[in-house]
Amino acid sequence: MLAVFKREFKAYFNSPIAYILIGLFMLLSSYFFLSNLSTQSADFNNNLSSMSFLLLFIVPILTMRIIAEERKNGTEVMLITSPVSVSKIVMGKYLASVSVFLVMTAVSFIFPIIIIIFGQPAMAKLIGGYVGFILLGCAFIAIGVFASSLTESQVVAAVISFVILLTMWIMDFLSSFTSGLLAKVLDWFSLYARYVDFSEGILSLSPIIYYLSFCFIFVFLTIRIIEKRRWSQG
Amino acid sequence: MKGARGNNMIEIVNLTKNYGQIKAVDNLNFTVEKGEILGFLGPNGAGKTTTMNIITGYISSSEGTVKVCGYDILENPGEVKKRIGYLPEQPPLYMDMTVKDYLNFACDLKRVDKKNRKSQIYDIMELVKITHVKDRLIKNLSKGYKQRVGLAQALVGAPEVLILDEPTVGLDPQQIIEIRKLIKALGKEHTIILSTHILPEVSAVCDRVVIINKGKIAAIDTPENLNRKYGNTSKFNIRVSGPKNAIKDILSGIYGVKKVEVRSEMDSNVTDFLVEAEKDIDVRKPIFFELAKKEYPILEVKSVEMSLEDIFIHVVNDGKEEVKEENKEDQENSDTVENSNPSEDSASQELPASEDAELSEKETGSEKEADTDDKEVE
Repeated sequence: MLAVFKREFKAYFNSPIAYILIGLFMLLSSYFFLSNLSTQSADFNNNLSSMSFLLLFIVPILTMRIIAEERKNGTEVMLITSPVSVSKIVMGKYLASVSVFLVMTAVSFIFPIIIIIFGQPAMAKLIGGYVGFILLGCAFIAIGVFASSLTESQVVAAVISFVILLTMWIMDFLSSFTSGLLAKVLDWFSLYARYVDFSEGILSLSPIIYYLSFCFIFVFLTIRIIEKRRWSQG
Repeated sequence: MKGARGNNMIEIVNLTKNYGQIKAVDNLNFTVEKGEILGFLGPNGAGKTTTMNIITGYISSSEGTVKVCGYDILENPGEVKKRIGYLPEQPPLYMDMTVKDYLNFACDLKRVDKKNRKSQIYDIMELVKITHVKDRLIKNLSKGYKQRVGLAQALVGAPEVLILDEPTVGLDPQQIIEIRKLIKALGKEHTIILSTHILPEVSAVCDRVVIINKGKIAAIDTPENLNRKYGNTSKFNIRVSGPKNAIKDILSGIYGVKKVEVRSEMDSNVTDFLVEAEKDIDVRKPIFFELAKKEYPILEVKSVEMSLEDIFIHVVNDGKEEVKEENKEDQENSDTVENSNPSEDSASQELPASEDAELSEKETGSEKEADTDDKEVE
């Protein structure tokens, strides 16, 4: 697992993709941060929810190649015929994407640090907001990795994961228009609804478990997709 | 070595793979002994790659068992995969890595000790002669070098079994000879399965040959026996200046000549003939004297290698030439199944129609290409 993780992580930084994504993310979040500066506000959590909206675009690009490219280049053969099991391969890849996302998040710590130096933010809210942001990102990446396992084409993978993420995002919005069971079901799948708690500074166990199991399910589905392909085709 | 039972390194029993209605591999049975180099021969789409993919655990079989060193691939995939080095048809290379990093990654995957790693990578690079390109990105290497890096990857971890899918494709003639020598040398310590459609390669390297067609085994034997059994004719291309029909009559009349075919007319006075003769009788001398008597000068004599198709047709159809056309259609049908490999497809479409000369022309063409590629590297 470590071998796959190391290779993937290096591959992100050997190609321009990680730098471009982090740069783009920082550029846009600096623009959001401008409002903090101009209004002299110490509330960062509005920014975090705007930043999590950016993830909708960044995560599909981050994860699109992670499995699709292996299949296209035929390098999948090397991984699967090695003694490393498929679940470890997928886990390694997933964790590599998550690590790049964590690096990106770490770079964005510069904004709260500036706020802490010049103001008094509510620390609990800030920490809660970031924990939620990271969990949300991990769930998004799990969907992205899953989408990448469905196809050989990176572009198709990116589009699939974007559509799934967008649907998840507006699920909350949709559920407010419906009622009864449908509203409940839509609510269950709304990633965003859980995120609101975090940005209020509430760290309760159930949304954390919700996000983690969400990641687990999509990573598991990815493993099943790859295994299934080995049984049905060549 | 612990798991090895008796002398059979690889045991394949009733192996079948279905793609929907189509049987890509149909009830294969064979064993490979320790230290043996087994050639896997067959036209495109015969199921060579599928079989190799199953043995290495890349895809699963529909029925039947594969045992490597006594371990079943389904029950004990980890143990099997540890013991196999696989070079697929398309080498599994990460284009954005350097050769050294790539081999390090292969070591990580195969769990080679940190202690032995450095010396092992060094030895392998020396063996396949890629030491001088070790810091290059793989995407900048020529096809021949990429192939070698792929082979190096298969050797990592000193596996007992090597499975090589068309290892000499895309190499120049010099490299082909080197790689064959290398494979032969590796055969002393490893058990090797090698797929190819080049017949001389089989006779040069392999101890035993499995010919498969449409997923079924058509013949298993040593190359010598196959040649003796099926290669009972020799063929020549002869270019003669003179009247076509008269020359044809002369050629047909010579003792030992079985068949004369007009291949092409260069101009009104120069014709190419394809002469098929008994293997034991050298018909070149009588041909020369007979034609000299009539003062029809021979401009060129070229012997044509007995090709896979020839032996293959013999094996499958017992020498009936008329089945050739039908065979062509079948091959094309089975190709559409395995269209994962476009290069194989295009090759196969030419193969049935083309005679040997065309085939060899094509080969030399690609070899030239590889040659120029390598110059770029150096």
